[in-house]
Amino acid sequence: MASASQIAEKAERDDIRSRWLLSALALLIVLLAAVGPLLIVVVYSFLTPGNYGDVKWQFSTDAWVGVLFERDVFDDTLSIAGAHLSILWRSASLSVLTTILTVIFGFPTAYFIATRPEHRREIWLFLITIPFWTNLLIRTFAMQEVLRNDGIINSALQLLRVTDHPVQFLYTNVAVLLGMVYVFLPLMVLPLYASMEKIDFRLVEAGYDLYATRFQVLRHIIIPLVTPGIVAGSILVFIPSLGAYVTPRVLGGGTNLMIGNLIELQFGQGRNWPLGAALSIALMAIVMVALLVYVRNTSRPNGGHG
Amino acid sequence: MRPAIEAKGVTRIFPTAGQDVVRALDNVSVSIGENEFFTLLGPSGCGKTTLLRLIAGFDFPSAGEILLHGQDIAPLPPFKRPVNTVFQSYALFPHMTVAENIGFGLKMLGRPKVEIEARVDTMLKLVRMEAMRNRRTSQISGGQQQRVALARALAPQPKVLLLDEPLSALDYKLRKEMQIELKRLQHETGITFIFVTHDQEEALTMSDRIAVMSAGKILQVGTPRDIYDKPAERFVADFIGETNFITAAITITGNCKVRATLKSGATIDATVAEGFQPKENATIVVRPEHAKLTTGKGDLSGTVETIVYFGTDTHIRVQLNSGEAFTVRQQNTRSAGCGFQCGDKVGISIGNDAAQVLRD
Repeated sequence: MASASQIAEKAERDDIRSRWLLSALALLIVLLAAVGPLLIVVVYSFLTPGNYGDVKWQFSTDAWVGVLFERDVFDDTLSIAGAHLSILWRSASLSVLTTILTVIFGFPTAYFIATRPEHRREIWLFLITIPFWTNLLIRTFAMQEVLRNDGIINSALQLLRVTDHPVQFLYTNVAVLLGMVYVFLPLMVLPLYASMEKIDFRLVEAGYDLYATRFQVLRHIIIPLVTPGIVAGSILVFIPSLGAYVTPRVLGGGTNLMIGNLIELQFGQGRNWPLGAALSIALMAIVMVALLVYVRNTSRPNGGHG
Repeated sequence: MRPAIEAKGVTRIFPTAGQDVVRALDNVSVSIGENEFFTLLGPSGCGKTTLLRLIAGFDFPSAGEILLHGQDIAPLPPFKRPVNTVFQSYALFPHMTVAENIGFGLKMLGRPKVEIEARVDTMLKLVRMEAMRNRRTSQISGGQQQRVALARALAPQPKVLLLDEPLSALDYKLRKEMQIELKRLQHETGITFIFVTHDQEEALTMSDRIAVMSAGKILQVGTPRDIYDKPAERFVADFIGETNFITAAITITGNCKVRATLKSGATIDATVAEGFQPKENATIVVRPEHAKLTTGKGDLSGTVETIVYFGTDTHIRVQLNSGEAFTVRQQNTRSAGCGFQCGDKVGISIGNDAAQVLRD
């Protein structure tokens, strides 16, 4: 007869084994689809570009130097790569602005949905997700139609006699920003809603009861309680914004590149795969550092709610 | 008695899905005195919480006035009323510590930090929670949350404190403790407490005065003694404590005094509820502990149907010869049983000053 402790040990062993078996497939996929390609990218970033794209198996740190510097063709001296920096700056600032604007537009929307009667909320959430049904490319080209010199906005402005000649929206940073806010807004609304739905609205009443005005209730009660949603939504919006490719390509024209376009350029016309790989890894590093700083600063050390 | 809160003809109508409307409050008038522990008592849906919400400012009356020290506050938003609420669910802010919760009201009023700190200390001491100052509200027990909710509502020194069934989430022993605690707090602070409950025992033990509500109306206002001993309507008598209802023929003998002739032929003296309209037959209430079982002939007679032992006393249910049922409550002693058995033919004698004639 096995003793009770032996039985318990065996049960625990079985438990651990079945846990590994169950997660094996998922782990394999993650390994093959995420870690593997990432390693290839890291390796490529330390190689020499081939003549017609591809790489030569020859170690070089040139690609990494090339992320921030450019080598003078004649005297081989290094100088800061202004074009790369301005693209980096545009990517970062447009992404931060997109995140802020989606919070500003998404917050009242999510609040509106969360305060509807329960059976109505599903309809509103459903409406929020409708843009996802259409291909991103098509939505972006639709935005191009809206922003064009003879598009809806300019026609309306001229009809209302705000201006007598079309305002150049298309192929500017503003167009890229508008496009990204439009595309990523649902990604902000959904986590904001998920957070707001959990709020006990009696807390809002308690706030009013304790002499808080509407603004004070928003600032001292609702916003702190929705912070997890703001953090989640910001992450969901900021990361794809930073790597955005289609939106700056279509709405920014050839002149308003973002990192995503720069990377594509290296793998395409630039025929500099190592530089593209190095830029990709750099982008990932920027995202990770930004997230670490952001999450550290927004989550309270002993916040007891989620 | 100077009134702190007066409701004058307050009506609150809620629209429903169809053409009908719900009259949550129907022309309610009541005056609640300064420094009074006033209870709104009634079953769920009677309108007691609606009245409380109107006083707090979370809802606005469809008609009527709500006066605070003679001033109409009905149109003011909650943050402009010197009235604070202790919520049924406590509604403590989960993202703040105990001290931050208690200081919230004063902070919103823009009081200086030093004053807030001092006041928070005083409140923590008042509710005996000094040790919990920096805890999160999720890290303290239900009874402690209750105390924090009380301290938070009392900290800004409101003119009136509203309590919406604050004890209903606590277990029996803790509830008893908090009842005494609430009485002490009311006594020490001298603030008018308006307490909402559906628990009649809680209402009787704590209140200076009780308003019994049903279907959007206040049926009777009075001291716990008045409400218990001299119920005005059947609903009041039935809702509070256990009661026997018997019908009798009434002859008026004096001011608020009548002689009632029971169906058994016996006659007893009875008091009359306020607003009683003279009529031949009326309903009389007699509390089970104000009647006595006898082996001989009493005012009523019948057969013992059930005997239930309750520890402190025994409830003996008698089927009267007239067909009605009547329960007698008899104090227990250690040595002897109740002295009766099911099926016994018994008499019931109703004590002097035990019977009250209802107005409905």
